[in-house]
Amino acid sequence: MTVTTPTMPAQRTNRIALALRLLLGLVTVALALAPVWAGRADLRLLMEVLSFLALAQMWNLLAGYSGLISIGQQAFVGLGGYLFFALAMFAGVPLLAALPLAALLTALVALPTGWIAFRLQGAYFAIGTWVIAEVFRLSAAQIGALGGGSGISLPVDLARSLAESRGAREVVMYYIAFALGLVSVLLVWMLLRSRWGLALTAIRDSEPAAEAVGVATRKVKFLIYVLTAGVTGLVGGFIFLQKLRITPEAAFSINDWTAFVIFIVVIGGIGTIEGPIIGVIVFFALREVAADWGTWYLIGMGAIAIAVMLIDKRGIWGAVKARYGLSILPVGRVLDAAPPAKPD
Amino acid sequence: MVWVNAIVQGVLLGGLYALFAAGLSLMFGVMRFVNLAHGDFIVTAAYLMLALVTGFGIHPAFAVLFVLMALASAGYLNQRILLNRVLGADLLPPVLVTFGLSIIIQNALLEVFSADSRRLNAGWLDTASFRLSEDISIGALPLLMFVAAVGVIAAMQFIFYRTALGRMLRATSDDPEIVPLMGGNNAHIFAIATLIASVVVGIAGIFLAMKTNFDPAAGPARLLFAFEAVIIGGLGSLWGTLLGGVILGVAQTIGAQIDAGYQILAGHLVFLAILVARPRGLLPKM
Repeated sequence: MTVTTPTMPAQRTNRIALALRLLLGLVTVALALAPVWAGRADLRLLMEVLSFLALAQMWNLLAGYSGLISIGQQAFVGLGGYLFFALAMFAGVPLLAALPLAALLTALVALPTGWIAFRLQGAYFAIGTWVIAEVFRLSAAQIGALGGGSGISLPVDLARSLAESRGAREVVMYYIAFALGLVSVLLVWMLLRSRWGLALTAIRDSEPAAEAVGVATRKVKFLIYVLTAGVTGLVGGFIFLQKLRITPEAAFSINDWTAFVIFIVVIGGIGTIEGPIIGVIVFFALREVAADWGTWYLIGMGAIAIAVMLIDKRGIWGAVKARYGLSILPVGRVLDAAPPAKPD
Repeated sequence: MVWVNAIVQGVLLGGLYALFAAGLSLMFGVMRFVNLAHGDFIVTAAYLMLALVTGFGIHPAFAVLFVLMALASAGYLNQRILLNRVLGADLLPPVLVTFGLSIIIQNALLEVFSADSRRLNAGWLDTASFRLSEDISIGALPLLMFVAAVGVIAAMQFIFYRTALGRMLRATSDDPEIVPLMGGNNAHIFAIATLIASVVVGIAGIFLAMKTNFDPAAGPARLLFAFEAVIIGGLGSLWGTLLGGVILGVAQTIGAQIDAGYQILAGHLVFLAILVARPRGLLPKM
């Protein structure tokens, strides 16, 4: 009996994958040169796109590969932002050093919060992470030194330390955003191609089976939780460096830092690296068109997310990949064995 | 004495939280399903009650009946048409569908009722109270809420353990694959469970409308309180959920007594502390 799969001829698939890879390369080069060709408004939009790409890659790593559905990632965006402000303003740490330091501290804070959240399973884990984010938000509102409920602004002198002129500052910030977007994709890609990736893919496909072949699932998931918290904190620090002002409501907003990010990952294709890239393009295209519709825009986003779950929960890229066996950033491993000998 | 008062008021507030939580607890018990839009359904019920009484001038008794009937049918249909499709071993679809529902409901309420904070005038219920001592008096409304919570949970307990319907619900909870072999219809049983949970959501929403100010964005906080009450009490235990609600209520009123800003925070922190000390809750059943 032969097993047939509905794929295109391998040659054509390879050619399309090559073309898409080339396109991705060209887009990356164009993004690297953005300060040359993009205006100020476009540059700001691109910074936002790249930040969301990084957040989406991290949520995808967490939910798509480790099966940890968190709806409390705003905890780490906000924490990263607040730690960055505190380090820069009160500890006198230079801005460019304060960002990674804030990320590191966020990852450290994720150790105890993860320890607590991991006591809950499945959907209850999701709500538990949300409670933790609420604790952070309510606590931030109680800290007078950081402006309490009304928030705090980054002093102008500090922002100047990045670069003297406004244009130069924006270029510096753009390249931070570019690095965040690029590194988040590469980080996930390299992680998935390593031994860790094998463990993560095994967990994604079947957790009991992964456990059975010797993957320390709990340990792997915990480390991924801490890693994504750190990178999410880094992005958070950058987002509020760009905004120059932080309030508990903005820093720990579930809509901005979790609902939108989930939407991006789910529509693009959860459990694939390409998914968040496609999702972020769809999300911002939709926003440019429909943001003025206010509540209807958000209602539409909720409806699209539900529709994806009902029609094909693999999302755009997941469906394409399953249909045509395409992969732009390959992480799969091909069993390199000779065909089984024919019985005589 | 203020502390004793805080505890007494907290216990009564716990009744409201137990009402928030009972529906969530039932749905998890039968379907292993967590509805992230649970709080938004409660707020929707509150708005429905408000609209009927103040908007259309319907007598409160009829309005209550109408709200409960509307919630029951909406709950049944929602489960049959939408939620049953995403139940299963994969956790992501139910979480995302109900999260999407939550966003849709909040924005739809915003579109219809605006962002203004509203409250339903409960007439004499608002002001009537019983004096227990010099400093402690119990409001009629909080007392009614607590009695309603005990009544609702006793009724759910009765349905679950003493009726033929309850037997089906428990059987489905134990093994949803065997029930169809015995002639049961899972899709229908799940929808019945959601129907019962939705009636409780309706009761909770009506009390929410009278007890506090609410706005279209009030749902998520109610979901978190409900969730905390369920976990504190222990999964699968309805009386545990009442206990969880009471503990959460007391934690909040004591927090508020220390500083108004600490009310919600204190509740969350007590929840996390109990989660660390007793991950399976105080009265675990499963």
